[in-house]
Amino acid sequence: MRDFHRSAPAAVQMTVRDALNQAMDEELERDERVFLLGEEVAQYDGAYKVSRGLWKKYGDKRIIDTPISEINVLLQAGLRPICEFMTFNFSMQAIDQIINSAAKTYYMSAGLQSVPIVFRGPNGASAGVAAQHSQCFAAWYGHCPGLKVVSPWNSEDAKGLLKSAIRDENPVVVLENELLYGVPFEMSEEAQSKDFTIPIGKAKIERQGNSITLVAHSRYVGHCLDAAAVLAKEGIECEVINLRTIRPMDVESIETSVMKTNHLVTVEGGWPQFGIGAEICARIMEGPAFNYLDSPVTRVTGVDIPMPYAKILEDHSLPQVKDIIFSVKKTLNI
Amino acid sequence: MKTMLAIISNALCRMTGRNAGARVVVSRSFADFTPQATFDIKKCDLHRLEEGPPVKAELTREQGLQYYRTMQTVRRMELKADQLYKQKIIRGFCHLYDGQEACAAGIEAAINPSDHLITAYRAHGYTYTRGVSVKEILAELTGRRGGVAKGKGGSMHMYAPHFYGGNGIVGAQVPLGAGIALACQYQGKNQVCVTLYGDGAANQGQLFESYNMAALWKLPCIFICENNKYGMGTSVERAAASTDYYKRGDFIPGLRVDGMDVLCVREATQFAADHCRAGKGPIIMELQTYRYHGHSMSDPGVSYRTREEIQEVRSKSDPISMLKERMLSHNMASVEEFKEIDIEIRKQVEEATQFATSDPEPPLEELCNHIFSKNPPLEVRGTSPWSKLKSVS
Repeated sequence: MRDFHRSAPAAVQMTVRDALNQAMDEELERDERVFLLGEEVAQYDGAYKVSRGLWKKYGDKRIIDTPISEINVLLQAGLRPICEFMTFNFSMQAIDQIINSAAKTYYMSAGLQSVPIVFRGPNGASAGVAAQHSQCFAAWYGHCPGLKVVSPWNSEDAKGLLKSAIRDENPVVVLENELLYGVPFEMSEEAQSKDFTIPIGKAKIERQGNSITLVAHSRYVGHCLDAAAVLAKEGIECEVINLRTIRPMDVESIETSVMKTNHLVTVEGGWPQFGIGAEICARIMEGPAFNYLDSPVTRVTGVDIPMPYAKILEDHSLPQVKDIIFSVKKTLNI
Repeated sequence: MKTMLAIISNALCRMTGRNAGARVVVSRSFADFTPQATFDIKKCDLHRLEEGPPVKAELTREQGLQYYRTMQTVRRMELKADQLYKQKIIRGFCHLYDGQEACAAGIEAAINPSDHLITAYRAHGYTYTRGVSVKEILAELTGRRGGVAKGKGGSMHMYAPHFYGGNGIVGAQVPLGAGIALACQYQGKNQVCVTLYGDGAANQGQLFESYNMAALWKLPCIFICENNKYGMGTSVERAAASTDYYKRGDFIPGLRVDGMDVLCVREATQFAADHCRAGKGPIIMELQTYRYHGHSMSDPGVSYRTREEIQEVRSKSDPISMLKERMLSHNMASVEEFKEIDIEIRKQVEEATQFATSDPEPPLEELCNHIFSKNPPLEVRGTSPWSKLKSVS
């Protein structure tokens, strides 16, 4: 009998925006208690079109346009809201509620009152949106016990992490990136399934290497991979770790990698003081990987200034691929 | 008549060898025009007020031409910004003001340069009326060193003496405005603060905190809601439990004003400023106005409203046309005069555009400056530990 030729699983290209959309669509369908609220999420299809088509499909009850009142975060008992912030800069209007009401309540009530809520929206710099619209909040939210904080890079990350966030019983902050919304990435067949989730708290090795470890989250994972491609031509093989989750941070993955490569560079878009890189440095020092370091950890970060508007200044305010390459070589003493 | 004037002026030119003829024409037509007229304006709706602004407004020829010039300059400047944005010479956020010119022009006509004003991100018009040149505004939009904020602020962050921006976070400028009013009271110089916000911001809690404190302490604050009917893509009916924005201050008296009529705006602002200066405390004005563009340059502005609606406002209520028609019908100016002003403004905007597109970007040395005021120079960390940058005040 003849064997039928089996084709390899089909991967498709999907933008981050569509991945987020698909995640919400699937979770809205799966659980009636899930609903989305935010400014312009319904009839406008979303300020950045992430919720396109959802209002048409699910209607007023499940997809709610709110007035401009960020602080009215609804902790409706028994429901599972997804609260969209048009950008995380506006979340500062509601940050008291996110920290003092959402993050701390399960603890304060000794387990009586859980808060299964998701806060999502674009975080960090965009292009030319100036000082008040460009801040990265990874460090601010990552600082607080009671919150989980995720920061997806590609489409699989976006879909898997958002679905996990929605299914999680705890308040989860999902830090998306506006510049990545329109970027297509490959979605494996597994990722296309309706039950595809990525565990919160686990980093991913995007590229294996022996010379040095690069750790990043969100957009800068891409920058690290670009830098790694350039460095590979000179015989430097970078191991690139995509953090995926800011809190709880997967320090173990970083330690395992550092114990192999002996060098570490962290890359982030946020400001240096009290940032993600600073936390990683501290944790490495406190753990077994410290003794394996051949040089101090290098942090590549945004410049310690409010974001300027002019393009030339903005370009020089954030880590570029060449900054990562430079830092790798300095760290390796090349 | 005109030919005769031409003959006289040419004769004068030949006799004196100078362009005295021009003066002949001007002084002759000056006597031709009505120097001042009184216009009926729409009565304002009142909240907690026994009487409101007058229902008649006086307008001199000079004032009329000045208001026309101001509004037309703002209009052409905004349309130029639209063009530059589409050419990708302006980037980021750009929220245009065309349609709302009567608000900025009318308010400025009723306050003094020593009074204070703060608004949100739809700020280019106010930046101009508060004294910044078109050149410096466009150069800021294009991110050049000659911009009013040296290219570091962009569209939403332009400032001038007694003008506090340009604020990106919806509603956040209102508590700031109340604070400026507190400073006015504290310093006792009889100044007021005009604090502007939109119909979208009107639902922000921080406004109500500002209302409370301003009323409690009788601060000289004129809260002005520019109601252009849409908060980004959300119409007022879908956002507000009460769309009577002039009443939302509850215990604060309020006026609802036709924001498309520059004279109405001026009279109402004058009334409001008098109220504040008399120590009666804050007052709210709701200006009913309209924006032709979408919320910003990335919003086409037609998914939540019809093209017919936009066209109707343009043809029936355009603030610039309304003023022009009033003046023409009362023989206060000629069609040619308006044309000349238009040509002058076009030239001015073109020159400003030339500057804004050719001026260089800010130098990299500027990157870290202006973090602190009156501070000794400090070192700023760049993107890596080896990048040490300098910051001066």
